[in-house]
Amino acid sequence: MPGESNLNGSMAIRTESLCRYYAMGEALIRAVDGISVQIASGEFVALLGTSGSGKSSLLNLIAGLDRPTSGTVVVQKSDLAKFSREELAKYRLHIVGMVFQSFNLIPSMTLLENVELPLRFAEVERGKREGLAKQALERVGLSARLRHRPTELSGGEQQRASLARALINQPQFLLADEPTGNLDSQTGTEIMNFIREFNETLGMTIIMVTHERALAERYASRMIFLADGKLIGDQSNAVAATGGPSRGGGL
Amino acid sequence: MKTYDMAELAVRNLRESILRNSLTTVGISVGVASLVAMLSLGIGLQQLAGRRLQKSGLFDTVVVTSRRDLRGFNREQEENGPAPAESPALNEDARQKIAQLPNVLEAYPDIRFITELHYADKPYLTMMAGLPFSAKNNDAFDGMQGSFFSSDTAPEVILQKSFAAQLLGKTPKAGSEEASVTDLAKPLLGKQLTMRYAERTATPSTSQAEASNSAGTAYSVISREVTLKIVGVCDLDPDSMRGQARARVFLPLKLAQNLHVMQPSDLRDSTNMAGGTPAFTTVEVHVKSPTQVQTVEDAIKKMGFNTFSIVDATRSLRQFFAVLDLFLGIFGSLALAVASIGIINTLVMAILERRREIGIMKAIGASDGDVKGLFFAEAGVMGVFGGIVGVALGWTIGRVINLGTNVYLKRQHFPPEQIWFVPWWLVLGAIGFAIVVSLLSGLYPASRAARLDPVQALRYE
Repeated sequence: MPGESNLNGSMAIRTESLCRYYAMGEALIRAVDGISVQIASGEFVALLGTSGSGKSSLLNLIAGLDRPTSGTVVVQKSDLAKFSREELAKYRLHIVGMVFQSFNLIPSMTLLENVELPLRFAEVERGKREGLAKQALERVGLSARLRHRPTELSGGEQQRASLARALINQPQFLLADEPTGNLDSQTGTEIMNFIREFNETLGMTIIMVTHERALAERYASRMIFLADGKLIGDQSNAVAATGGPSRGGGL
Repeated sequence: MKTYDMAELAVRNLRESILRNSLTTVGISVGVASLVAMLSLGIGLQQLAGRRLQKSGLFDTVVVTSRRDLRGFNREQEENGPAPAESPALNEDARQKIAQLPNVLEAYPDIRFITELHYADKPYLTMMAGLPFSAKNNDAFDGMQGSFFSSDTAPEVILQKSFAAQLLGKTPKAGSEEASVTDLAKPLLGKQLTMRYAERTATPSTSQAEASNSAGTAYSVISREVTLKIVGVCDLDPDSMRGQARARVFLPLKLAQNLHVMQPSDLRDSTNMAGGTPAFTTVEVHVKSPTQVQTVEDAIKKMGFNTFSIVDATRSLRQFFAVLDLFLGIFGSLALAVASIGIINTLVMAILERRREIGIMKAIGASDGDVKGLFFAEAGVMGVFGGIVGVALGWTIGRVINLGTNVYLKRQHFPPEQIWFVPWWLVLGAIGFAIVVSLLSGLYPASRAARLDPVQALRYE
């Protein structure tokens, strides 16, 4: 049960006074402005906020794609800010898996090759790679689409493929940036069910950025609200924890 | 990422924008081709010149003479060196000793004599010389009609063009055009000549010899005749070095030796000959390569003979060609330099186009090294293909130029020449150079791609 794992899980991710500023011309954009938050292992966290609230910037900092201006991101007792570029790449490769709103599959590659790509970076033996990639695609119901290119597939299928790619190196965290943003509600539900399944059966910690409160309420066990780069709310979600359907209103 | 994976991904990435990458690769190919073309032309010309010099025999020959023949000519030598009478005789023994020196290809006596040849019942007085069988490859015989001697003892002769003309009564008059060798050879080849000569036979008894001999003869001289077949007429003058003494009719050296024709030096030497083998006026020594002439010369001098050789002219020749090759190489490399700018351009464009892809790769765990390696590999793969195609192209251009030159040479009645040569080291070197240039060109784009900020790259549409 995700609810229980929330309580029992050790601290997986911790940010302290995390800031990320961008210089935009002469103006300073405070995308993330002093966020301190703790996420336990096995949690399903939704980062909520309007566009420009800094939720994606926070996710990128946790993903190790970006470096904080100040403050720290501590993942399993190591500070990402102190990682070298090489170490950050290793972290992205093995510890986190990412899913994006625009799927971000490489268009020139087949699904199989796309899913196999992280295995190449991880220098997994040639012979093992195809089997692992097929397995991952099978898990998301795409075994009939191995040799297709992303453009030949529907949005839902593409997102499923990118889920398979995110899972391939067995990460501990799944970071999803508006995973259903480009999908119709039915396909979105499909994707969300997969994500929930990963959370429940694989015990993966999920951090999902979304602007749809309903979606968060329905699936996430905890909701963190952001505005102007600041944390404005943090609540656990009992409804989602029981797995029951909930379709509340927006923020 | 493993190198093999990197190469595989690079090839597939290149295939994605096949047209642009092919054009870039063609650019490299043209660069490599021009480099190969220029350098192989330089090498070919150098070899041609080297071959000519080698064949001319001017620079790998040491002429050996006996000090006995130098009486009175060089006082200093006479005083310092061994007395002429004590210096060794240049006879068959000495020839064999010289032939066995290191780096000596062969040593043969120079046999030449003026004698009377009869053709169509008319006598012709001319200088004849023995030719060693190895002279077959001498370039003086390049334009020869007929063939070289069938063996080293065959009763055959090769005529110099002017002598052939004399035999046919076609001595060129001033203003009139010279008859071609082909025309001269046609009526003469296969015909017989009769040579009348004076044979020298070693007879220790004092008999009445035809030759005047003051100090009691060691040999007698008998008038003889031998029939010789004309097998060849040569255009050039194989004996041009000899000046006044140059021969116009040539016979096999062994045959000439076996005939024991009386030679000019015999008279002079007769006083010293204590019944030993006859001495030679000169012995020609062929050295393996022009660079070894000096050492061989020194060794022969130590044996007590005089030597003469033309100084190593190939050294300055090599220097000239080194400079020529350098210039040709620089011109050839210019095209490759242009091609390398093409590579940089293509890859920088590719980075712009594939910004998002780079972002994705980084997001899913690619390290800077992976991204850099990938672009580097793409440059390298273009270099490999460009290099291989370029060498093939350069080789083809060379063949065509060679062919064209030979067609031209043929029209001008010259023998075909290979002015084009692509050695193996050039093939491998050019491909290697193409790869190195491509990789160097890839350095900047690759590190630029690696430094790309993944967040910005992912935002890019």
